[in-house]
Amino acid sequence: MTLDAKVPSGPIETRWQRRRFEMKLVNPANRRNLTVIVVGTGLAGGAGAASLGELGYRVKSFCFQDSARRAHSIAAQGGINAAKNYQNDGDSVFRLFYDTVKGGDFRARESNVHRLAEISANIIDQCVAQGVPFAREYGGLLANRSFGGAQVSRTFYARGQTGQQLLLGAYQALERQIDAGSVTMYPRHEMLDLIVVDGAARGIVTRDLVTGKIEPHLAHAVVLATGGYGNAFYLSTNAKGCNTTAIWRAFRKGAFFANPCFTQIHPTCIPVSGAHQSKLTLMSESLRNDGRVWVPKRALDAGKAPEKIPEPERDYYLERLYPTFGNLVPRDIASRRAKDVCDQGFGVGAEVSGVRRGVYLDFRDAIARLGEAVVRERYGNLFEMYERITGEDPYRVPMRIYPAIHYTMGGLWVDYHLMSTIPGLFVAGEANFSDHGANRLGASALMQGLGDGYFVLPYTVSHYLGDERPVVLSEDHPEVKESVKAVKRRLKRLLSIGGRRTPDSFHRELGRLLWDHSGMARNAAGLERAIVKVPELRAEFYEDLRVPGSGSDLNQSLERAGRVADFLELGELVCRDALARDESCGCHFREEHQTADGEAARDDARFSHVAAWEFAGDGAVPRRHREELTFEFVKPTQRSYK
Amino acid sequence: MQRAIALYDTSVGKKAVMAVSGAVMFGFVVGHLLGNLQVYLGPAALNGYAEHLQALKPLLWLVRFTLLAAIVLHLLSAHQLWVRGWFARGRRRYRVERSAATTYAGRTMWMSGPLILLFLLYHLAHFTFPGLAMSVGYAHSIGDVYANVVNGFSVWWVAVLYLAAQACLGLHLYHGGASMLQTLGLDHPRFGGVAQGIAKPLAIMIWLGNSSIPVAVLAGLAR
Amino acid sequence: MTRSMRLVLDVWRQKGPKDPGGFVRYEAPDISPDMSFLEMLDVVNEGLTERGEEPIAFDHDCREGICGSCGVVIDGRPHGPLTATTTCQLHMRHFQDGDHVTIEPWRARAFPVIKDLVVDRSALDRIIRAGGYISIRTGSAPEANDVPVPKPDAEVAMDAAACIGCGACVAACPNASASLFLAAKLGHLHLLPQGLPEKDDRVRTMVSAMDAQGFGHCTNHRECEAVCPKGIGVAFIARMNRDFLIASVASRHEVMAHRRR
Repeated sequence: MTLDAKVPSGPIETRWQRRRFEMKLVNPANRRNLTVIVVGTGLAGGAGAASLGELGYRVKSFCFQDSARRAHSIAAQGGINAAKNYQNDGDSVFRLFYDTVKGGDFRARESNVHRLAEISANIIDQCVAQGVPFAREYGGLLANRSFGGAQVSRTFYARGQTGQQLLLGAYQALERQIDAGSVTMYPRHEMLDLIVVDGAARGIVTRDLVTGKIEPHLAHAVVLATGGYGNAFYLSTNAKGCNTTAIWRAFRKGAFFANPCFTQIHPTCIPVSGAHQSKLTLMSESLRNDGRVWVPKRALDAGKAPEKIPEPERDYYLERLYPTFGNLVPRDIASRRAKDVCDQGFGVGAEVSGVRRGVYLDFRDAIARLGEAVVRERYGNLFEMYERITGEDPYRVPMRIYPAIHYTMGGLWVDYHLMSTIPGLFVAGEANFSDHGANRLGASALMQGLGDGYFVLPYTVSHYLGDERPVVLSEDHPEVKESVKAVKRRLKRLLSIGGRRTPDSFHRELGRLLWDHSGMARNAAGLERAIVKVPELRAEFYEDLRVPGSGSDLNQSLERAGRVADFLELGELVCRDALARDESCGCHFREEHQTADGEAARDDARFSHVAAWEFAGDGAVPRRHREELTFEFVKPTQRSYK
Repeated sequence: MQRAIALYDTSVGKKAVMAVSGAVMFGFVVGHLLGNLQVYLGPAALNGYAEHLQALKPLLWLVRFTLLAAIVLHLLSAHQLWVRGWFARGRRRYRVERSAATTYAGRTMWMSGPLILLFLLYHLAHFTFPGLAMSVGYAHSIGDVYANVVNGFSVWWVAVLYLAAQACLGLHLYHGGASMLQTLGLDHPRFGGVAQGIAKPLAIMIWLGNSSIPVAVLAGLAR
Repeated sequence: MTRSMRLVLDVWRQKGPKDPGGFVRYEAPDISPDMSFLEMLDVVNEGLTERGEEPIAFDHDCREGICGSCGVVIDGRPHGPLTATTTCQLHMRHFQDGDHVTIEPWRARAFPVIKDLVVDRSALDRIIRAGGYISIRTGSAPEANDVPVPKPDAEVAMDAAACIGCGACVAACPNASASLFLAAKLGHLHLLPQGLPEKDDRVRTMVSAMDAQGFGHCTNHRECEAVCPKGIGVAFIARMNRDFLIASVASRHEVMAHRRR
């Protein structure tokens, strides 16, 4: 099978514009006869469902949370990038495009990234018009800040709650369409299967989480905007409910899974405090703008109170190693260096299983330079959050941070139209793999989610539906019935194992395996071990799992068990992909492939491609396909942040 | 009219009616107090003031009618809102009831209101039906308000009753005054919370002023 | 080493919407002060699951205080004893060894219990649906900097927009009023010039929607403000009342037909 990304040719600046003109349109009168299912109500799903509803399609929107407003996009803190060049500091669409391709370590598709940079400006316009209360300057115009390794100030923000405000904008637009009758909302519904008829996506099977009812929903196109799979690692910055089930079920029905090993580690999270830890909390990377990262120079100082360690005894290792970028090096580099110093015994904070995993992020100098009031204005809510969790006051005691799994650049493979290898199945936001390559830059996730939802899906879904004859599918179709039956069978199985262990205990164990062998640094031996161990754990899961209660009402154990079951399959694929990608790039750091000074060494000759995996049946090794990446506008170079 | 009905149909509209009628009564209470405080200026002043009021007959009736309307509207909206809130809270209550912010005055509005109403009926009767709960040897005199006051409060249990009623009224106004400004949207940060800052001290002053009269009579300061 | 605590919990258990429900006592031994309140419940639930009992159902998701999913009444106070803190951000270091803790769901007629501590808060969505948005079609927005917004207004709008829709205000209110929730949305939208064209309609339809959903009225006890995890103040309620009264009395037009329901 060849992967056709349907990328336009010609000058990159006009590709999207030309493609939009070439695309088919749907007569307004016909739109109301066409049903589109959108799963997930985060930035991509919420924006997509609202925009498709506005166009007149009959939209059904699903989320597992109790309200569309709770999707985990809400937790994004730092901001959203846009090439507005309001700061007159040399930004442009091309520079945002360039930075994103380079930041992704040359593993993203140029055309997609350029489109994203182009529509970034429209996103800001849209959100401001919706009433998103972005930060303003005294003149009343929009404020910007520099963020996550960018040398221009192109990040728009709403205090530390940018994701929340953007999501509320999309949520309100969605509620408006629900009120208008164009969107039907199904909260507390979880998608448990994709219905594929004659090779095309024709609907989904859902479980009503309150009544336990299993139901098919049929449509002419299905959009998955169900987020990333970082929770495979158990401890991550994702919400507890984030899961891979929707995209994993689609994978099993034939959608290719691209670059599953591209899992981003975020450098500024609050360290683990004990075995009870249920999730990790990220603090905005913007903290690195003013905070200085350090560890004690001597390992024996690691247990000392930080104020007792004098200046000469402190190692500001990021500033030492990267004089130009200093504390603002990209996420993957900042994370790996933190791991290095802790592995070498310089880590600080509580000892968890014998190692101190934490480095200081110190605002002492910033407070001296700017005054406490300015620091409070910039980071007040983050400091409060830190204090609430740790019980320490960061105005007096330096924060402790450590990297954690945060975002997954991998996801279902999509073409330029965001359509997967199953016709009629679109994938948007973090759930797809498209724009970030091997590493996502700060403040780019919000941009991509909203870009996909507001400005890409309405065109590309319409184009697909322009071809689609409005046929009413019957729920009696054998494929539909089979999907419903399969879902019921699976739930029954989970409920009837009757073992001793809880879903969470398996999840923790899987997370530990993935973090150890497929985390911040990976090597062939470890990955091979994980590829053996994950299936063993999966086998034990199906023998020793215990799910109390029944399937006919709200059963959170059952929900969790189903998600963990899918993580147990996905985890293996992550390791297989990491093993097959025998190079280092971006977040994917193979210890065998590093430069003399410990940076990721890419192998463009062998790996300048997207790895797209095809499901080959239970127990069979999935097939690896490749989509070659060509770089016509940004020539691959070794990233350097020295 | 349609708009007025539509407005009253909403919870905020009902609260506004309650606030406006409350404001009318609040205003009356202030005026009533200012008039009564003339007791300290001696019989001539107080009786003169009473005569002066009687001379303004048509206006007096207008005030009386407005007050009656305010009382009716206040009671009606209070009752309807109370039912509404009770229903909204639901049948199941918390096992642990703990308030985080409200005041004693706020919590007891449902009680202080009806008590004030009962007191009002008694108060009207007290000074209108000659001889009701007055001191021995009292001869009712329509013109001599001062004597009526002194005679009335010379009975210790009457004075105590009045003092209790003034406590109720003070509490009701303490929450009600500030609440009224909030309900009408007049307590805006732009005014620096001045409205709240005035309403509560005013309620305290009214309580002190009203209570001072029976105390003064009992203490023999007014005779 | 950190000390370990032992707590006694009285938890509301209710199998379903029709079940009368009741309190069940659980022991929570070996609780670390670094745990969040929900992590403490996780520990209890793991024990229950291992014994084959159904774990306590409670809503939660982000566990970083922003999604608004979580929320239980802890010893009579929504989200527990700490001000400006969601249940997931409340840590056990604020409890003492041996404490006896009562855990109840949000209670209000508009929030029926689904199971145990999980309630149905969709009434809040229906309030937003009644006008808590700015009617702007995708793609029709003007250039973002065409309309300046005074910085102080943007700041206050953001204070209001910080609402996470958890429903603690309703849970705390003696009348189960959603006034603070509603006022926060109106305050957010009406402090920005973009929200002004629909202001009169919005305030009228949303207040009516709140009433229709079975929430009570505001009696200015300020309980909502005291428990709001985002510290949103009742000044927004005053603003809502004012806008509502002005719109009801002085608006140039009746509520637009498409907004009337």
